Amino acid sequence: MTDQVILLVEDNPDDEALTLRALKKNQIMNDVVVVHDGVEALEYLFRKGPHADRNPDEMPQLILLDLKLPRVDGFEVLRRIRQNPRTRYLPVVILTTSNEEQDRLKGYDLGANSYVRKPVEFGEFIEAVKQLGLYWLLLNQNAPLPRSA
Amino acid sequence: MPAAKPTSLSGKLTRLSVLVTATGLLLACAAFVTYDFVSIRRALVRNLSVQAHLLGSSSVAALVFNDRVSAENTLAALRAAPNVVAACVYSAEGKPFAAYRRDPASSVPGRVELPTGDEEKQWFDRGDVMLVGRIVFQGHPTGFIFIESDLQAFWAGMRRYLAISLCVLVGALLVAVGLSTQIRHEILRPIEALADVARALTEDRNYSVRAAGEGAAAEMAILVGAFNDMLEQIEQRDRALREARDDLERRVQLRTAELEAANKELEAFSYSVSHDLRAPLRSIDGFSLALLQDHGERLDAEARSYFERIRAATRRMGLLIEDMLNLARVSRAEMRRERVNLSAVAHAILADLRKTEHSRAVDCRIEENVEAEGDAQLLRVAMDNLLGNAWKYTSKHASARIEFGQMRANGSRVFYVKDDGAGFDLAYAGKLFGVFQRLHGMSEFPGTGVGLATVQRIVHRHGGRIWAEAEVEKGATFYFTV
Repeated sequence: MTDQVILLVEDNPDDEALTLRALKKNQIMNDVVVVHDGVEALEYLFRKGPHADRNPDEMPQLILLDLKLPRVDGFEVLRRIRQNPRTRYLPVVILTTSNEEQDRLKGYDLGANSYVRKPVEFGEFIEAVKQLGLYWLLLNQNAPLPRSA
Repeated sequence: MPAAKPTSLSGKLTRLSVLVTATGLLLACAAFVTYDFVSIRRALVRNLSVQAHLLGSSSVAALVFNDRVSAENTLAALRAAPNVVAACVYSAEGKPFAAYRRDPASSVPGRVELPTGDEEKQWFDRGDVMLVGRIVFQGHPTGFIFIESDLQAFWAGMRRYLAISLCVLVGALLVAVGLSTQIRHEILRPIEALADVARALTEDRNYSVRAAGEGAAAEMAILVGAFNDMLEQIEQRDRALREARDDLERRVQLRTAELEAANKELEAFSYSVSHDLRAPLRSIDGFSLALLQDHGERLDAEARSYFERIRAATRRMGLLIEDMLNLARVSRAEMRRERVNLSAVAHAILADLRKTEHSRAVDCRIEENVEAEGDAQLLRVAMDNLLGNAWKYTSKHASARIEFGQMRANGSRVFYVKDDGAGFDLAYAGKLFGVFQRLHGMSEFPGTGVGLATVQRIVHRHGGRIWAEAEVEKGATFYFTV
């Protein structure tokens, strides 16, 4: 495993705990940076506010993005990620409760790499996280990061 | 036969007045001319008779004294009467005594006689009038006088008379046409005005115009009045209709807006349910499992079984939410009608079901090339539920048969899904399509009771009907039209 982080954008503390537990259960040892709303997610990604002195060359290997978020929602976060050349190719997996058609369509429209619904059954959720970890952290080769200016 | 071009009322009236006037005048002229013809001819004969009488009286002396020269001299006086062609005095025996001829071609009868008692005889011959009279002297017949006159003066008179009549006829006709034009104009003006209004009506559909009826005859006034009344009524009805339509349109708009609002609300509700209602369930299930996994050894069997119950209930709640969301989706999904091969859909669904339980012995009989007009996605959902039910409710039987096909009933195409599974008591058929209504216990056959409600909603959205036949432990058949 690399030492690159996973960015978890999740406002529900229960879901946060369960996602972290699922990652742990699957022996995914990457550091997980948890942000609780869209604004914080953008601050982290674009080194603003409390994240201003973050190492610019450290970019998350995977972003797990919830859709329903306070202040700035997941779609807006995704749009901003895809707009910025530094974050354009970051793998973004939408991890959310809804499987509404409109959400899926909008998610892919804005350039999500994957759309995974959080199952109610926790056993299934652990399995889903395992598959995500296997694919995005081990199998998938990310696009090279552009050099920071 | 081509339809005759309709003649205008004005033309007909002109023709009528000319015809009536001409007929009247012609009849009158004919009567006058006939009367005059007869009376003038009678006067002519009387004149001739007087002439004959005078000539006879003048010739008495010549006859008595047998003086031919004197008689011829008397007759020669007739030169003053150019109409007399010939004249002759006869002896008492009827033999010519003295004659007068206007020209050499004229002739007189060689012998004349009159029946005893007759004084005079007239007749028409060779276009002339002839007369023979008896000459009487002191009560004794002394001889006869013959006189022949032409009718030129008479015919000339008649010609003049006819010419005058013709002039009068033409003049009267002209006056009649003139007068009738005047009268016709007065009669026709309101009719023409009415016709103009009627034409404008049919062209513009403007029912607010009215026909003018001033100065019209009584019948015309009634007609114009009735016409205007009719227009008034049409206009009123039109207005009422328009108002009703506007009202209806307003109401439709209102209802549409309400419906749209309700739909939006439903959509927002579904969206919220989809996002927010499942999250707590995930927490309940997740932390229950965490407790079991991390602290299971500290719990006794009963506590562990309670946690399992909590997890089962959570899963069930998750399924319910899922089904409810699907039902809501079915209600608001946009319909796109196309030709759908239901046989292919049935094959695909049953193949999927076989994959989940490949050990089951199910005889699937699908009628080929069954097609329906409808929304492909919605029909797929309906077939999914119906075939899924058939699969589920035959699961307790060692072998089962599931059929899909179509038939004709009351002239419409009916599709059916038939199984020989658990069936149900038709007494409860009324509950069959209700949301959360189940005819079997959870432990017997799992389910949420939303499937058939979903199917019914899909069928209704297609304007179709759904009904079922069943018998306990013999199977169920679901029929639907779309």
